Amino acid sequence: MNDKIYKVILFIAALIMPIVCGGVVYALVTDAYEAFEHFGFFKFLTSSEWSYTEGAEQYGALPFITGTLMTTLLALIFCIPFSLPVALFVGEYFKGTKIAAVLSTVTDLLAGIPSIIYGLWGFYTLRPIIMTLNVSPQGSGVLTASLVLAIMIVPYAASLSAEFIKMVPNDLKEGAYSLGATRAEVVRKVIFPVAGSGIFSSYILAIGRALGETMTVTMLIGNTNNIPDSITSTGNSMASIIANQFGEADGLRLSSLIAIGFILFLITALINMVGKIMIRRARIA
Amino acid sequence: MKKIFSSIMTLAVALAIIACGGNSNDGGRNAQELSGAGATFPLPFYNVVFENFSQVNGDAVAYGGIGSGGGVRNLRDKIVDFAGSDAFLSDKEMAEMNPLIHVPTCMGAVVLAYNLDGVSELKLSGEVIADIFAGNIKKWNDERLVALNPDATLPAEAIIPVYRSDGSGTTFVFTDYLTKVSPMWASNFGAGKSVNFPSGQAAKGNPGVAGVIKQTKNSIGYVGSEYAFAQKIPYARIRNLRGEFVEPNANSISAAASGEIPADTRCSITNSDVAGAYPISTFTWMIIYKEQNYSDRSMEQAVATLDLLRYILSDEAQNITSEVHYAPLPAKAKELSITNLKTVTFDGVAILQ
Repeated sequence: MNDKIYKVILFIAALIMPIVCGGVVYALVTDAYEAFEHFGFFKFLTSSEWSYTEGAEQYGALPFITGTLMTTLLALIFCIPFSLPVALFVGEYFKGTKIAAVLSTVTDLLAGIPSIIYGLWGFYTLRPIIMTLNVSPQGSGVLTASLVLAIMIVPYAASLSAEFIKMVPNDLKEGAYSLGATRAEVVRKVIFPVAGSGIFSSYILAIGRALGETMTVTMLIGNTNNIPDSITSTGNSMASIIANQFGEADGLRLSSLIAIGFILFLITALINMVGKIMIRRARIA
Repeated sequence: MKKIFSSIMTLAVALAIIACGGNSNDGGRNAQELSGAGATFPLPFYNVVFENFSQVNGDAVAYGGIGSGGGVRNLRDKIVDFAGSDAFLSDKEMAEMNPLIHVPTCMGAVVLAYNLDGVSELKLSGEVIADIFAGNIKKWNDERLVALNPDATLPAEAIIPVYRSDGSGTTFVFTDYLTKVSPMWASNFGAGKSVNFPSGQAAKGNPGVAGVIKQTKNSIGYVGSEYAFAQKIPYARIRNLRGEFVEPNANSISAAASGEIPADTRCSITNSDVAGAYPISTFTWMIIYKEQNYSDRSMEQAVATLDLLRYILSDEAQNITSEVHYAPLPAKAKELSITNLKTVTFDGVAILQ
């Protein structure tokens, strides 16, 4: 009897999450429907107009999809030189030592800093540096946002990669050493090939984090509604346009913002799914 | 979804007030909790006024600075007692809602704040501002800027215009002015709470724009006067219709409203032709329903709402305006508003006698 109740409670608890997720999708789709119907799904995806003129409103998601993909991709590129060495340090070279434990704790700590703090740091510290270096006159832009995003996703990429690097079987490494391989060669020819798909998936999950980041990006990207023509110019990401305009939006604009939210949801879900599949493959291998 | 979110927010605000409410006033009615939402532009003024009002009357007022458009939407959803807005509602918007009353609460200015090394005084004209924000004037040492400012040494640097990324009454007042003074602006961009600015960068809210200007050399942007003052950013003198270069202050802002005001107080006072008037001045309004019985509101709540508005129109509250860098309402606007408030009803019966 007790067992049965327990089972029912568990079942209900397990059911809540899929229901919530389904509810989110349902709400997004119904509220975004007006925009998709008015502009057409593909037209909405590929139009770069974002114009408020009453009676002739034109909303397209392309500038924001571009902005999101640019910041995310750049953040990923900037994050590799920081996260990969940390992962190797913690997972291989100083595996199990005190200093590795300290380093991994400090890196994980970065994940706990609220994004508004990163935003403020970027706004008051990084932006003036970018202006002084004459990279861009206004300081804000895709580059500034990406640099801060890169720091934000380092802990996600580093700690998961370190786990996969730790999981590389010792026999393989010892075999390589016995054949006279140097440490660098072991890293290159044994660890990377074996842990490769695991490391790859940890970066995919880090991307998932960067895609939806809102506060930091809103503070640093410059918030202009056009496709950035270079990495130093200003733009808007999908999350930041929603944060910027949700409060005042109405009617078709509100629906278009929710449609952008829906597209962001799809992209994030897709990327997370790829990450999960890669992890499963890595575990099996 | 948005509606649910706003309801939750309002509920949260209401709960917060209930937690600290409970005292009664001398007017013979129980202390009420009023809630409003809208423009951030008059927020510093409202903060002081609401505080004083609750000390005098015991009624607590919660105001969410969510932007003029958001405030009006909350009023349309009937989840607030009043909305704050820097832009009066158009006839079309009025027609979509139950009868409304606009009550001006104070006057303010939108100032052109700038960040330029070594320039302590900047003079601008409407056409030049329009061309800067349209991206036609790109450098600080453009000959038209130099002609307006013969005494200043303007750098040969690119101008960085800063504007609002969110919809905003401040943007409406600013672009309303540009539309009046520049045919180029009127035909390409027009006036509105959101406008497609072609160049520069944007930030959210008045504090956001003020923050970006303060942090960015060679930038210029439009903000509510109080915000430029609070951040200690210099702002430009602007040439009015009479050719005078006017600095925004209580006198020059009040002067802008000394012309005719329509009976419902819905009017734009930008580009005023009065001598000494600051050209980008505006009223800011509180908007209420003419029929106060909606969403289970009580008679006492309706009375408290009117008490609040009458308090704001009183000399005591109006004297606060200049302390927080706004300007008091002209007598005409106060008279009209009192007349309008007398038409407010509860179940069809006028509340004020």
